[in-house]
Amino acid sequence: MVFGMAFAGINWFKYASPASFYPLAGRMVPWFAALAVVLALAGLYIGLFVAPTDYKQGEAYRIMFIHVPAAWMSMFIYIVMAIYAALGLIFNTRLSAMMASALAPTGALFTFLALWTGALWGKPMWGAWWVWDARLTTELILLFLYIGFMSLEAAIDDPRRASRASALVAIVGVVNVPIIYFSVQWWNTLHQGASISFSSAPSMAATMLTAMLVMSLSLWMYTIAVVLMRVRCIILERERHSDWVAELMMEAR
Amino acid sequence: MAEFFAMGGYAFYVWASYGAALLLILMEIIWVRRRLRTILLRLGRMKRMTEVYTEVKVEHETKT
Repeated sequence: MVFGMAFAGINWFKYASPASFYPLAGRMVPWFAALAVVLALAGLYIGLFVAPTDYKQGEAYRIMFIHVPAAWMSMFIYIVMAIYAALGLIFNTRLSAMMASALAPTGALFTFLALWTGALWGKPMWGAWWVWDARLTTELILLFLYIGFMSLEAAIDDPRRASRASALVAIVGVVNVPIIYFSVQWWNTLHQGASISFSSAPSMAATMLTAMLVMSLSLWMYTIAVVLMRVRCIILERERHSDWVAELMMEAR
Repeated sequence: MAEFFAMGGYAFYVWASYGAALLLILMEIIWVRRRLRTILLRLGRMKRMTEVYTEVKVEHETKT
């Protein structure tokens, strides 16, 4: 309680109010969107034209530049979503719950994309679109967690109760993320090991690594832009009867 | 150029990956923009309804 008051004392929660975050988010969207486009063009150029052909996998390995960043984002977004959901539960801040809700569809999109590009990479390399391997199975569970979070939230009419119930799913499901990440070490899987590890030098050409990191940054900026756009929708939908939205509509004339 | 698109025989796998990424991202942007437009139209209708209600109320009060 004291902790919460100390934070409130330095006006930490100023932008935690939907009314002040709505215009701020609107101003931030174009910047993150522009960054996403520039980084995507640079990443695609390096990945498709500069990076050399892989000596083992030929040109098929270029799927990596979309597969690995999508898989990273799918896990990262889930963690951020769970943190916002937990903050919403603990501090009962409306905006945190809205952020969690805004992140879920984009997280599900990248999870699906990781699975889809993985199948397209697995077929020519392993000879199978899908195998019930630890990495693939836990990533599929991640997709179900996102879908579960969104359906539960949609099934409950009262937004506050919906946020609380779905927050529990988000928090419990976060256990799955380290399991996905370490699955290639814990189990003997068909899926290859981590592309980048903190303990050893990357096992790929510098240009390949650059393309992958630039593409990841691009997806990161895209995620921020699209989630800010979606949270603006959610703010208006949930606060439509409030005075500040009415004033906003009067000014819009 | 044709060689680039052939992707060393892996054209289908590579382009189906990049294509899906582009398609999903464009679809998400369209969905979110449509969602914003829908709620703004709804708020606009709510505003006009309150305006009409106030006008009628004022008219009624001035008559009586």
